[in-house]
Amino acid sequence: MIAFSSNLLYAAFFLYLISTFLFGGAIRDRRKQYEKPSKWAAAAISVTILGFVTHLGYFITRWMASGHAPVSNMFEFVTAFSMMFVLGFIILYFLYKVSILGLFTLPITLLMISYGSLFPTNVSPLIPALQSDWLAIHVTTTALGSAVLASSFIAGIIYLLRSVDQTKRSMKTFWLEVIMYSMVATLAFIVITLVFRGLQYEAVYRWVDHNGQETETTYSLPSLIGPNQGELLTEGRMEALAYVPAVIDAAKLNTVIWSAVTGLLLYFILRLMFRKRISAALQPLTKNIKLDLVDEIGYRSVAIGFPIFTLGALIFAMIWAQIAWTRFWGWDPKEVWALITWLFYAGYLHLRLSRGWQGERSAWLGVIGFGIIIFNLVFVNLIIAGLHSYA
Amino acid sequence: MERVNCECGHVNPYGTILCESCGKQVGKELSEKSVDLRYEGSARRSQTYKKTPLDRIWNFFSSVKVGVGIIALILIASMIGTIFPQQMYIPQNVVPEDFYRDRYGFLGQIYYQLGFNRLYESWWYFLLLAALGISLVIASLDRVVPLYFALKNQGVTRHESFMRRQRLFSETKVTEKSDKQLDFVISKLRNKRYRIREENGNFLAEKNRFSRWGPYVNHAGLIIFLIGGMLRFIPGMYIDETLWIRDGETSVILGTSGKYYLSSDKFILETYPKGQENVVKNYQTNVTLYERKGEILYGDTPRLVKVKDEQIKVNHPLRHDAFALYQVSYQLNELNKMTFSLVDKKTEKSFGRITIDLLNPEKSYDLGNEYKVEILEYFPDFYFDGQGQPATKSQIPDNPAFVFNMISPENPVGEKSFVAIRNTIEPGGDNQLQMKFENVEMKNVSALAVRKDNTLWILGVGGAIFMIGVIQGMYWNHRRIWIRRSGDAIFIAGHANKNWYGIQNEINPILKETGLQELTDQTDRKSENKVEGGE
Repeated sequence: MIAFSSNLLYAAFFLYLISTFLFGGAIRDRRKQYEKPSKWAAAAISVTILGFVTHLGYFITRWMASGHAPVSNMFEFVTAFSMMFVLGFIILYFLYKVSILGLFTLPITLLMISYGSLFPTNVSPLIPALQSDWLAIHVTTTALGSAVLASSFIAGIIYLLRSVDQTKRSMKTFWLEVIMYSMVATLAFIVITLVFRGLQYEAVYRWVDHNGQETETTYSLPSLIGPNQGELLTEGRMEALAYVPAVIDAAKLNTVIWSAVTGLLLYFILRLMFRKRISAALQPLTKNIKLDLVDEIGYRSVAIGFPIFTLGALIFAMIWAQIAWTRFWGWDPKEVWALITWLFYAGYLHLRLSRGWQGERSAWLGVIGFGIIIFNLVFVNLIIAGLHSYA
Repeated sequence: MERVNCECGHVNPYGTILCESCGKQVGKELSEKSVDLRYEGSARRSQTYKKTPLDRIWNFFSSVKVGVGIIALILIASMIGTIFPQQMYIPQNVVPEDFYRDRYGFLGQIYYQLGFNRLYESWWYFLLLAALGISLVIASLDRVVPLYFALKNQGVTRHESFMRRQRLFSETKVTEKSDKQLDFVISKLRNKRYRIREENGNFLAEKNRFSRWGPYVNHAGLIIFLIGGMLRFIPGMYIDETLWIRDGETSVILGTSGKYYLSSDKFILETYPKGQENVVKNYQTNVTLYERKGEILYGDTPRLVKVKDEQIKVNHPLRHDAFALYQVSYQLNELNKMTFSLVDKKTEKSFGRITIDLLNPEKSYDLGNEYKVEILEYFPDFYFDGQGQPATKSQIPDNPAFVFNMISPENPVGEKSFVAIRNTIEPGGDNQLQMKFENVEMKNVSALAVRKDNTLWILGVGGAIFMIGVIQGMYWNHRRIWIRRSGDAIFIAGHANKNWYGIQNEINPILKETGLQELTDQTDRKSENKVEGGE
């Protein structure tokens, strides 16, 4: 069953890949731009829906096999989140019939699924606190809410690619490139992790933690940064160039540096290929889009996502916390970051009332909001320890 | 205050910008081409009175920009609070100041000194939340009242200048078909559940006005929630106690004023089957809840009546009356009873044995034949304090130590002996007798949290109202279509409080079908021009 479930996830991955190209075809097909959607677009959305159904099939079969909602560790949550992200896109597609959304949503979905698959994919037993129906209710609603909110990032990116003047350098072009670079760096992280995993690279360090205890850590990438008073135990592996104090997680920092550096390398290769900024190279894709419409889509995603997010990440969360942890709110980092996300989008909705905050500024806010969601999803789990660090 | 008369005959409140009835501007001159209909051009207090200090406070808090500013400050403060763990999440047995300095170095020290270790309990964080609450109240009142009256008093026939300035506008020449066309449009709009009002051949079609109240409903919910959060500081509304209960023990439930008792039958810990045996699957306490009957007399054995048996697990608290008991923690194999025998050091002859209940030791134990053991001092969790004196860290017997006085017929005053685990000190020199350790009994201890929270229902009501309001405001939008004949032209104007795309999609197919001019978005052209200029 688990094997079957994983195969469904692979199938969904490839279907999303195919529909990315179909959406690429759809936006190039200019014959009937504002009339009926083209055949390309119809094929693209059909394949996307097929992909989503397969993805849902993965989710349901895994649920049946493991006996609990598959949202209990990092792999499961990221795959569920990416499924909701596609669902959000499908809803927005049927509201607005804009193909270019798919051209940007699906590659990011592919990135997310690949990223999630780097974490252990085995079914993990549930600790007592997680054994509740609220696990399914709270986590799926939160995932759906944040995924719909995150769709405003897609609209934001499209808006900015279209509106930012690429003929001269500016702060705007710089930050847009930063966004492009961070996606490239994520891709780089996935690639190098898979490469070194394929080579079965392992380097074990003995080191001293902040309690003065001796302990061992396994690196799966060559160590540039070594742990506190680290001593390399595996023979024939690269010695670290620098060692950091115990308070910093050296293996994670090492991974971040690898991703940043290979990301930079990949970025410059792309720059050389295009002979211009990545965002300038992507700009022609967006030329048939109406700015007002994309702005509206961004706003609408927040308007749809905000109530769902509130319900899942705050209200259901509080009800469950009251049952499992005896208090509905405890300032756990994950709780605080859910509040931060909520405050941010509340701010977004209020700013839209002010003149001058629609359009480009809203688009930037959509991008920042996505940054906050990803921060809460990834970094709060991996870096800031708390009650939610299950992965 | 003087009222403002419009040429259409409607009398508007002081401070009105656009006539409530016909929409012609009656206040100060508007320079912008398109009209700002956000609050219907109504007389908001904050835009009208700007003199007294009260006005200034009102105007400050009624501003959306200020509200967003407060949100931003809370957001940033909340972020700072997650840089290092809050004090409630650091180990209990360390001095916080040392912990932050040792673990996080200089930055940790600054974090501690700025009080960020208890940021969410700080007065200034509380003040920010209070400011948000005030802003919610004032900003809502400033808008909802005039908006209500403006929408209630709105007229059907709108001034031409009002129509032309709407974002969605079209103009069609009148022909002989016009009456028919308009009838068709109106019937179509009716099918789309617009409410139609007519006046001298002019129309107002409106739907989903209730969604305009969404923001004010959700703000009301938030205010109720914030008030509920504050009520917990009122004594009696909120109880938070921890009950450590051992297998077989019966204990009064703290926080219930001696009304309820709990007895633990057994604490159970289960782990997953092999391969995952280090993961806890379940831990639970099987308990019986009792209620005390009759008057409470101190020293009297309470008369207990059984209420119910229950298994308290994580995610399955015991609920009764207004309180709940939660399984929060446990300790396996806590020391419970220790048995010693009184022996002669040389001959090893025993004069009897005593069993000490480590939670409730007796003052003295009579062994008969004039042999007796007194406990002069007891340290349940013994350590040497700063002055090298024996002391106890807690009342939990993790490391028990005793000062015994051993009385025998030969030595009626007694010999003193200090006995701790693997350590015996004889302060009076060489004793004849000795307390010899025999065995120890251990028990599992279960930690249950006793909670009563009378504020929960208020928070629930606030949360529910917030959800209703936010859905009401976000999933519907207020749409209006004005149709006016003026000379030989039919003007059509449209307004939506959000989702302009949706209203165009709804109206334009109808207009197209009838042969009337479709509504065009007048801001659209501007933004298109801007981009072309940029490229």
